[in-house]
Amino acid sequence: MSDDYVVSEIEKDYILTLLDQGKRIGGREKQEHRPIKFELNFVETKAEGSAIVTLGETKIIAGVKATLGSPFPDTPDSGVITTSAELSPIASPYYESGPPGDDAIELARVTDRAIRESHCIDLSKLCIVPGKYVWILFIDMYVLNADGNLIDAATLASLAALSTTKIPKVKLNEEGEPEVLEEKETLELDHYPVTVTSYKIGKHRIIDPILKEERIADCRITFGFDEEGHIVSAQKGGIGVLKPDELIPIAKECLEVSKSYRAELLKAIEEFKKGN
Amino acid sequence: MAGDGSVKLIDEKTGKRTDGRKFNELRPTKIEVGVLNNADGSALIYMGNNKILAAVYGPRELHPKHLALPDRALVQCYYRMSTFSVAERKSPAPSRREREISKVISDALNSVILTKDFPRTTIDIYIQVLQADGGTRCASLTAACTALADAGIPMRGIISGVAAGLVNDTVVLDLHDIEDQKGSGDIPIGYSATLDEISLLQLDGVFTIEQFEEAVKLAIEGAKQIYEIQKKALREKYALIRAEFAGESEEEEAEEEDTIEIVSQSLAESEASVDETAIDEVESEELEEKKTEEVSEVEEVHEVEESVSEIEEVSEVEEVSKAEEAPEAESVSEVEEVSEVEDSEVEEQDLVSDIAEELNDELDDEKELEEDITSLETGEPEKNNESITDDSSESVENETEHKEIDDLEE
Repeated sequence: MSDDYVVSEIEKDYILTLLDQGKRIGGREKQEHRPIKFELNFVETKAEGSAIVTLGETKIIAGVKATLGSPFPDTPDSGVITTSAELSPIASPYYESGPPGDDAIELARVTDRAIRESHCIDLSKLCIVPGKYVWILFIDMYVLNADGNLIDAATLASLAALSTTKIPKVKLNEEGEPEVLEEKETLELDHYPVTVTSYKIGKHRIIDPILKEERIADCRITFGFDEEGHIVSAQKGGIGVLKPDELIPIAKECLEVSKSYRAELLKAIEEFKKGN
Repeated sequence: MAGDGSVKLIDEKTGKRTDGRKFNELRPTKIEVGVLNNADGSALIYMGNNKILAAVYGPRELHPKHLALPDRALVQCYYRMSTFSVAERKSPAPSRREREISKVISDALNSVILTKDFPRTTIDIYIQVLQADGGTRCASLTAACTALADAGIPMRGIISGVAAGLVNDTVVLDLHDIEDQKGSGDIPIGYSATLDEISLLQLDGVFTIEQFEEAVKLAIEGAKQIYEIQKKALREKYALIRAEFAGESEEEEAEEEDTIEIVSQSLAESEASVDETAIDEVESEELEEKKTEEVSEVEEVHEVEESVSEIEEVSEVEEVSKAEEAPEAESVSEVEEVSEVEDSEVEEQDLVSDIAEELNDELDDEKELEEDITSLETGEPEKNNESITDDSSESVENETEHKEIDDLEE
């Protein structure tokens, strides 16, 4: 991402020297994330659910829209979720407008994988008439300000948006066709998966990098965890490589961070529900 | 994407899977190399019912030019499924899934290709899935990397792709289509057996950390088997070429190996088989003895000597230098002979893969090394390590060393 953003050698040296001393820009620990802020239900009248997540200087808005549609032929009694992400030029001088590039596609698919594989949404509850009508949930994300670690922020944003999602009730008329009612019901989430991405810079591993740190990283690996500590998704990215014996230590570090991310998310959701 | 794992896919009594395989068994896999004439390199992989074609063009000029990278080659990978390769006709437009897979495969290949050798160019890899049967991204990666070797693109190693997954709570190797869809998890991995590096890793499904660890181990074992198949495929092609142009079949066996080592740069010396031509050139009995001595000595001897011996091994030259165990520190050291050997010792295998990563750096360090060797030869005691005690000294005869370094430079 932000391929044109070049970190100067002197800055690179600075970051590496700091890391050698166990420090980072901004004074964080290697396994410490930036402060997170949630603004839930930001698009309150039009979207079914929405949230803005601010992770340090990275800011992403996620919105959920629900439309009636037909299910996939091989899963006639399951609703559909589809995820998209846009790295629009609003977020960075290095982004261009146009159809989603590979980075945006990967961002959406990695987020989607954590949500899907954790089974946090019971898709059978989104079915109205098996084989004919199901709810299709569109989770669309726009990066508003890019400063590193988009994947973790995007997963938090989509989860936060889903937690505020209310879906209209549906009544079947005499012909068996669905009618969408005014009344809405809250979408229940069975799990709260979060992703944690570990970035490898030389011999160091850090989480939640700012853009400068991200750009000099050799590679990254993202793990999605549910609250029981199961791995529900993973994705290695970047042209660097991982040694087989690094994987488990990285997974365990990420698991710890995932608890902190989730605690922040659940706290925000709780406060939001109190307010309503 | 993974199912809920409720479908029975493993026979409880026999432990066999629906296609009769054991948990740790690969599907029958075959690779053909050089199947397309126009491409610079190509490979066709059969993995179970998967049939996947990979073709490599390049390094070649890049259009549009503004995409060119000033310091290295751009690696562009296009993974595409044929419309008829799956049960429901696939739309011919590239899906988001295809684009994501293209990205992860090109990232993986980028990690082994020596892209800095070809600045401002592109290396294009086209992957066409002709028939899909689960695990296509892994099979594609295997085929793509074999095709790159076939194209003669210099690489640090060869990547082999394979998946491990979770089926009825059992970790199994190389999922086929049904296991992929109905099983409860899938971990595609790209692994280089010579470098011991993971260059591709994805996961979907629900795994405990222990299951994840087990699955990765199983996939690595599978990848090592696939690496052997890749080497075999590359050898077969060169066997054919040689048969066509030269003829004499008996000499080929040995020489082929050399060719492939050059073409793939796959550090094939780590394999267990012994290169017989090399052995012929040495007095093998003597060698065996000194080998053992040398290995134990290397551990004691100080840094410079260690790095010297590493370089020796890269250039496939085994030098045995043993100092006389004379009581005085400044006594003249006796150097025994130089011999060529290829060895299968585990220590060496590790060393060789380490070297692969550091080779470039070491080449840069050569001058420094030469200086060290020279000073070593003069036997300056302060340069010696603590491990060299008063009653024994070990030094290196540097004439042969220089020769080897020259070889290396070439």
